[in-house]
Amino acid sequence: MVPISYYVILSAVLFGLGVVGFVFKRNIITIFMAIELMLNAVNLAFVAFGTEFNQLDGLVFVFFVIVVAAAEVAVGLGIVIVVARNRKSLNVEDVNLLKF
Amino acid sequence: MEFVSQHPILVVSVIKIAIALFVVMTALAYLTWFERKVVARIQSRWGPYWVGPHGLLQPLADGIKFLFKEDVVPPTADRITYVLAPFLALALALTTLALIPIGPATISVLGQKTQLVIAHSNIALILLFAISSLGIYGVALAGWSSNSKYPLMGGLRSSAQMVSYEVSLTLSVVGVLLLAGSFDFYDIVGSQSGRWFHFIPKWQIIPQFFGFLCYLTAAIAETNRIPFDLPEAETELVAGFHTEYSSFKFAMFFMAEYANMITVSCLATLLFLGGWLSPFPDTWSWQLYLPAVGLILGGLAMIAGGITSGQLTAKLVFPVLGLFCLAVGGLCAIHGVAVVVQGPFWFIGKVFLLLFFYVWMRGTLPRFRYDQLMSFGWKFLLPVSLANLVITSIVVMFLGARG
Amino acid sequence: MSIAMALFIVCGALTIFGAVGLILAKEPVHSALSLILVMVALAVLYLLLGAEFIAAIQILVYAGAIMVLFVFVIMLLNAGEEVRTNLSRLARWVGLPLGVFFLAEMGYLLFHEYAGRAAGAANAPVVASTTDLSMKLFTEFVLPFELTSILILIAVLGAMVLARKEPQ
Repeated sequence: MVPISYYVILSAVLFGLGVVGFVFKRNIITIFMAIELMLNAVNLAFVAFGTEFNQLDGLVFVFFVIVVAAAEVAVGLGIVIVVARNRKSLNVEDVNLLKF
Repeated sequence: MEFVSQHPILVVSVIKIAIALFVVMTALAYLTWFERKVVARIQSRWGPYWVGPHGLLQPLADGIKFLFKEDVVPPTADRITYVLAPFLALALALTTLALIPIGPATISVLGQKTQLVIAHSNIALILLFAISSLGIYGVALAGWSSNSKYPLMGGLRSSAQMVSYEVSLTLSVVGVLLLAGSFDFYDIVGSQSGRWFHFIPKWQIIPQFFGFLCYLTAAIAETNRIPFDLPEAETELVAGFHTEYSSFKFAMFFMAEYANMITVSCLATLLFLGGWLSPFPDTWSWQLYLPAVGLILGGLAMIAGGITSGQLTAKLVFPVLGLFCLAVGGLCAIHGVAVVVQGPFWFIGKVFLLLFFYVWMRGTLPRFRYDQLMSFGWKFLLPVSLANLVITSIVVMFLGARG
Repeated sequence: MSIAMALFIVCGALTIFGAVGLILAKEPVHSALSLILVMVALAVLYLLLGAEFIAAIQILVYAGAIMVLFVFVIMLLNAGEEVRTNLSRLARWVGLPLGVFFLAEMGYLLFHEYAGRAAGAANAPVVASTTDLSMKLFTEFVLPFELTSILILIAVLGAMVLARKEPQ
């Protein structure tokens, strides 16, 4: 039997690594993938607590997180394609037209 | 020995995996021979003929050729993904075979009671779809990592096709799930036991006929076979996503395609054709001895073919194999063994029929153009699968929930 | 060391390995592959926890569809190598130790909080069956279910409009 705290610590570490990737990477698509990593870390915490206290609500929430992440990725990658077409580059620092 | 008694499940699983791998690899090799023979006969020619009696040693010759060919790696290819892609494709294709049961019997190996399946899971069906949906990466990564126009185009087209038909594939199966009530293969085949009017078996192909047709079409598209194989056809994009691969890695893609074919056929027999259930009524007890008769006849044919063949390898190999088949056939004539072998015999027979259908399609039909293929998948097959699902759920609702 | 613990350590190590690979990879395709590894390892962890349907959905939807979309877009946009920048000195000398310290403190608190719980878990991990999950989904959560289906429809339409080529 694995204690529940192990799963929660793993989730926290993954979330932290996702934040590090989000802050330090330059490619738009890689930043998007770091967001997905954060969502996955949260899913792990939900599943761990849901099965620990024997409540299925946690699992239902994970189901919805996965579905909403799918919709978000579809629209987000559409936006990425438009930005790449307009700015001719995938570097997030090149999207700077509003810079003062 | 102490390890065996402490972890019996692990040891028995390893033995089952070893046997399954050996059987599946041999089946893959002889599936290529079977395809070449049948396509050749459809095209009024002989096919493999010289290597062994009727070309039966041709897969061995092909295997040796693949092992000794030079392994060319394009210098600008992305090393990691270039090497990873064929391994991924083959590993995923073989992993799905771990979930497929071939018989209902429970045998005892090394003192441990075990079923005729490597992994009995009660979500086996979705796990199988999940693992085969990961197979898209093998194709996409192969196309991209070769760093060349034709493989990239071929890889993207091929994986877009696989993604599109995967939706219809999964939807066409949901009708069967509604009628069977569980994801477990044992329950699904169990719901197909019994007969209407004491004669017609209750296989799901009868209430779900359109589901079966949708499934078969989507499966042929999913495995990239003719008539849906434009992305990898020889006359089109050179050879599609595996243009830049040579020798063993190409052989791995080849094996992965045939393994996918076998998996999809196994799934079709489990879901629609009644799995390991016999089409004859259970009171006809002579059907217990069909496997034994078949094996004995096959063994005699192999001995005869080996003795009359002109080549030394065939003269040595085939009589030995024939004697082995005779021995196994004699073993299957014992009542206890015959009861256990009954399930796998019908299962393998039905899978074989479906594979013959696959090869028949290959020899007969022309290809779809890519845009025709995509519009067929999204504008025709998906609505038909959805309609099948809606009608099945309405019927289930009115007839009361079954199981 | 039970098999559950060994499996947890292996899969946990794989997830962390994949997450670090996501951050350190130079090519976006390698980052995508690392993320796929993280997702598959997480699916095994879900199976270990007994959430079998969620594990299958994770592989089927997340690793098998969402990440395929990522890989397609990376290949189509021909995303080249990532430009390497040096971490600012503040991040390296202050941030990393602070991060490690924060993690250690959180780990200690979590252990303290939940240490007694799992060891005395009288009920063995219950497998959350698909039937129960779907009953809950279609009775209590039917409104969010319908709303997410509308959301997916909007997302499909939005993606099609966004990625369409401008009519010249």
